[in-house]
Amino acid sequence: MAKKNTAAGNAAAGRKKLTESNLLLLITVVIFVVMYAGAMVFLQKGFLKPQTFFNILNANAALIITACGMSLVMITGGIDISVGGVVALVSMCCAVYLDYMGGNVFVSLLIALGIGLAFGVVQGYLVAYLDIQPFIVSLAGMFFARGMTTIVHTAPFNVENETFVALKNTRIYVPGMGTVNKLGKYVPAYVEIGVIIALLVVVVLFCALKWTKAGRNFYAVGGNRQSALMLGINVKRTRFLAQLLCGVLAGIGGYVYFLHVGSGSASHASGMEMNAIASSIIGGTLLTGGVGNIFGTFVGVLSLSTIQNIVSSIGLDQAWWTGITVAAMLCIFLIIQSVILRRRQ
Amino acid sequence: MPVKENAVLEMKNIHKSFPGVRALDGVDFSLCEGEIHALMGENGAGKSTLIKVLTGVYEKDEGDIFLKGHDKAVAIRSPQDAQNLGISTVYQEITLCPNLTVAENMYIGRGKSKLTKWRKMNADADRILENLGIPAKANQQLSDCSIAVQQMVAIARAVDMDCKVLILDEPTSSLDESEVEKLFGLMKDLRARGVGIIFVTHFLDQVYEVCDKITVLRDGRLVGEYVIEDLPRVKLVAKMLGKELDDMEEIKDENQMYKGPDERVIEVEGLQSDAGIKPFDFYIKKGEVNGFTGLLGSGRSECVRAIFAADKVVAGTVKKNGKAVKITKPLDAMKNGIAYLPEDRKRDGIVGDLSVRDNIILAAQVLRGFFRPFSKAEANKFADEYIKLLEIKTASADTPIKSLSGGNQQKVILARWLLTHPEYLILDEPTRGIDIGTKIEIQKLVLKLASEGMSVTFISSETDEMLRTCSRLVVMRDRKVVGELSKDELTQSKVMETIAGGGME
Amino acid sequence: MKVKNKQIFIPLAALLLLALFNLAMDPSFFKISLGNNSAGDPVLTGYLMTILDYGSEVAILAIGMTLVTAACGGQDISVGAAVAIAGSVILRVLVGQGGDGTLQAPIIVAFLIACVVAMLFGAFNGVLVAIFNIQPMVATLILYTAGRSIAAWINNNELPIVTDQTFTYFGGFIPGIPVPTPFFLAVVCVVLILLALKFTNLGLYTQAVGINASSSRLNGLNPTFIKWLSFVILGLCVAVVGLIKTSRLSTINYSVIAKDIEMDAILAVALGGNALSGGKFNIMASILGAYVIQFLTTTLYKFNVSSDALPAYKAVVVIILVVISAPAVKDKLAAYGKKWKKQKEVG
Repeated sequence: MAKKNTAAGNAAAGRKKLTESNLLLLITVVIFVVMYAGAMVFLQKGFLKPQTFFNILNANAALIITACGMSLVMITGGIDISVGGVVALVSMCCAVYLDYMGGNVFVSLLIALGIGLAFGVVQGYLVAYLDIQPFIVSLAGMFFARGMTTIVHTAPFNVENETFVALKNTRIYVPGMGTVNKLGKYVPAYVEIGVIIALLVVVVLFCALKWTKAGRNFYAVGGNRQSALMLGINVKRTRFLAQLLCGVLAGIGGYVYFLHVGSGSASHASGMEMNAIASSIIGGTLLTGGVGNIFGTFVGVLSLSTIQNIVSSIGLDQAWWTGITVAAMLCIFLIIQSVILRRRQ
Repeated sequence: MPVKENAVLEMKNIHKSFPGVRALDGVDFSLCEGEIHALMGENGAGKSTLIKVLTGVYEKDEGDIFLKGHDKAVAIRSPQDAQNLGISTVYQEITLCPNLTVAENMYIGRGKSKLTKWRKMNADADRILENLGIPAKANQQLSDCSIAVQQMVAIARAVDMDCKVLILDEPTSSLDESEVEKLFGLMKDLRARGVGIIFVTHFLDQVYEVCDKITVLRDGRLVGEYVIEDLPRVKLVAKMLGKELDDMEEIKDENQMYKGPDERVIEVEGLQSDAGIKPFDFYIKKGEVNGFTGLLGSGRSECVRAIFAADKVVAGTVKKNGKAVKITKPLDAMKNGIAYLPEDRKRDGIVGDLSVRDNIILAAQVLRGFFRPFSKAEANKFADEYIKLLEIKTASADTPIKSLSGGNQQKVILARWLLTHPEYLILDEPTRGIDIGTKIEIQKLVLKLASEGMSVTFISSETDEMLRTCSRLVVMRDRKVVGELSKDELTQSKVMETIAGGGME
Repeated sequence: MKVKNKQIFIPLAALLLLALFNLAMDPSFFKISLGNNSAGDPVLTGYLMTILDYGSEVAILAIGMTLVTAACGGQDISVGAAVAIAGSVILRVLVGQGGDGTLQAPIIVAFLIACVVAMLFGAFNGVLVAIFNIQPMVATLILYTAGRSIAAWINNNELPIVTDQTFTYFGGFIPGIPVPTPFFLAVVCVVLILLALKFTNLGLYTQAVGINASSSRLNGLNPTFIKWLSFVILGLCVAVVGLIKTSRLSTINYSVIAKDIEMDAILAVALGGNALSGGKFNIMASILGAYVIQFLTTTLYKFNVSSDALPAYKAVVVIILVVISAPAVKDKLAAYGKKWKKQKEVG
């Protein structure tokens, strides 16, 4: 009987415990809030203006979208390091299409989606159905995308297509968030179109992962692939779907990136795959799979760019400080994760 | 449609080969409504393969499977197909996802709805868990449950799927006695509802406790199907082994005790590890075989792990031949002549991709040192010697150990430790999940080693095995040593009494 | 033995294919000529020499990468950045800040200091992986992100130039010897590792830990230490490549030096047929894989593929290789073969 009691006790204790996913998310959110609040109090400068926050969003909309895709594959236990390459390829193809071939904006959007889809399908097939290691597959994907970008066009250039430029400069004003400048004029706060798309992606994916069967299957497959198979989940299709979605999101992210920078260049989005992975990790996604949260990824992107902003605004603006601080932050988060997970086991 | 009356499932002339092995050779199997049907056979007899063909994990090479309610032979190509046809399986190893909640594990991969209705799912799950008396909550993360509870959750899932055929593939090996009772209650309940249950186990007692029929396989072939009353235990074993066997009795005659000076090889005082056992004292004499007994989770493995420093030792002293020694990591223990065959062969024992040879020499090699590798010739000599000595069935010494059967893997691990020529050998469940023939071989070997002066601690969940081999038993309950039995006290009833703590509290 | 043979078969077949392709397209690919370099010393030139020269960098890294892969079941993606750090350290010690390019310290001292620094960074990665149990790829992401910044910081973002001729020997030619020095450095590294594998248990321990760490621990091994050690050894390899790389230019470009070399090193391991999930390994196959990759790169250069577009072609080749060697594809092909045979028999 004693045994049964302890078992029941365990169950009760279990209820109080947060799931791994939620615990990691909580840490991230708290650290982000503390960091941003700290910046507001001690640095003031721009951080008190809401527009600073919106600028972070504007600059990182594409990263948010690609990082969401990255989280999806990471939750299923995979990885996709081709996303940066895909973003660059999308920007370049769309730029060439718009300026050199006189294309229209709508078709350019389709091109972006098509490129993302193509990468997703091919990589997904290789990973899920031929069971080749995702790292190698997407490494080849990255090489291919980067190489193709320079084959499509070598020199960087700005897009001058009028409809596109108009779209690029579209500002969506956020009511009540504006500030009064030195001349006493009210400057409204704004976000770009890309931010709306990014937020939409975050919300849709968050809901999909939480409430759809397919979403839960992602977690099951990442948690234990063999078990998931035995539980009657179509593991191959689930992994394929994750890789596919990541590709498509990289395509969308590529277009948003293109919309933000308005140019095509082979060096666009260099290292973006690593930023996407870093954001996912900071947001509480485990590379081992099975644990992760899209909202966490969103906060992860914000944390990553906030720390970069803080570093440059306290005068450490030599190029190397950004790299070093981002790395230090990643290091701290990884160690926190590792310690927490070990204690739970 | 199955031909036989009442049958829910018929498998006809099933063939399945793997490269180099003919796992199933024309096996027939039939299961009736409302019966518990034991599937018996030694390791490598083809039980697992047959089950995996039935559940769609493997695709059969030849043969037909008929199910009640289907006119034609059914095609089962994936576990999903099997599930949809009403075949549910509970495997020996937990096949659930540790990162999901209990309720999700019960419902994932089933049903038509595209959405997850958390509230309804949790409520349903809680109801089922309560009905079955499983101490878990629907919204709890599975990894927070004990292994036994996880196993019960797997069963709850299978039960809830409204299956016609329920396969239990050694579900009891991680359950303690009261949990096994609960499981049996559940099985009988399902039988009454007309479910056909296939039960695979290595425990003969359990077969005779709940089963109606027995099908015996040997070497991938069908030996026969028997009604339980017609097949006494001895005959069953004979059918499984393919020969009449009196070894059960024989073993005692061999029990020649070591006759040497009466000295304590290892003596520990107040030893405690971070695995949550209470401090304990223990000693073993030269040439003695003793054992730790107790229910699963009583701390018997943790004790020997503490002696070997497999878990982190937090307190206590260890003396070897009367002299205090410091053992803080497994290598220290090995240097002091202690060898430890771990309970979980797959996780802690074998190094799967390495060859049988490398697996045999590993521990001896580590003892010898980083800068003094064995030469090829030496390694081959050792491997061949022990393959022959322990009659390990392997294609060659180069074969990766993971492709051997469970019993042979265990022998390789045993060979690994014998090669280090230990003074004190700890065997933690050396007979779990291996066939009867090998079990007896191992027990005999233990007695032989002891007669030559080696001290052995032998742990097994099967009490009769321990009674046959050990001359002294340390009894554990709730992570504490509660008694010690020797000589006349070594009877089944006395052991049970002590484990249960009869009347003492 | 059988498995080993099979494993080395993959890079060998790839090498053969590439060689045949070049033979068919332009046999002059294999021409090696003896000429004089700008310093008037005899040197061998030709595409094969280029392969030997540049392939050696990847081969040296592949040694360490194979060990890391085997022990930890993951890869170190920070080697390129670490090469930048090692190179930066060498230059800092050799000429210092604002120096005129003359040597301030013997080259060997600079190299040894770079070894220590690179091994320290390797040890850092090793601590994250072995002690904190972080997946190698993620753990090394930290140094990947910070490495080039740290390299720039070491020299305060200046680009020191070494004027001393002897320094160019390591990435070029030693006077009188017409074979490029990096090849000799690679040979030295290979011999060292082969000796280590022969006369110590490095191989057995690494494989045991990579296959089953828990079981290895109970056999008296220290998995944490062995994983850590593999990263330190990789650090040593990184320092050697850092020396070659800086010697080639006599200076450094922080953002470009050894760019993407980690990918080549990982590819070399994969091409060598080693499971990227760890366990059994074959160093010679990895090294051969490294030269095959360089063979491919050089072939592409010969066909006037620009260095920026190069990755696209490489990717295609890599995909073809992995698809062919994927077990799933092999099984399918075998099944088709059987079917075809059966049909033939029936027919």
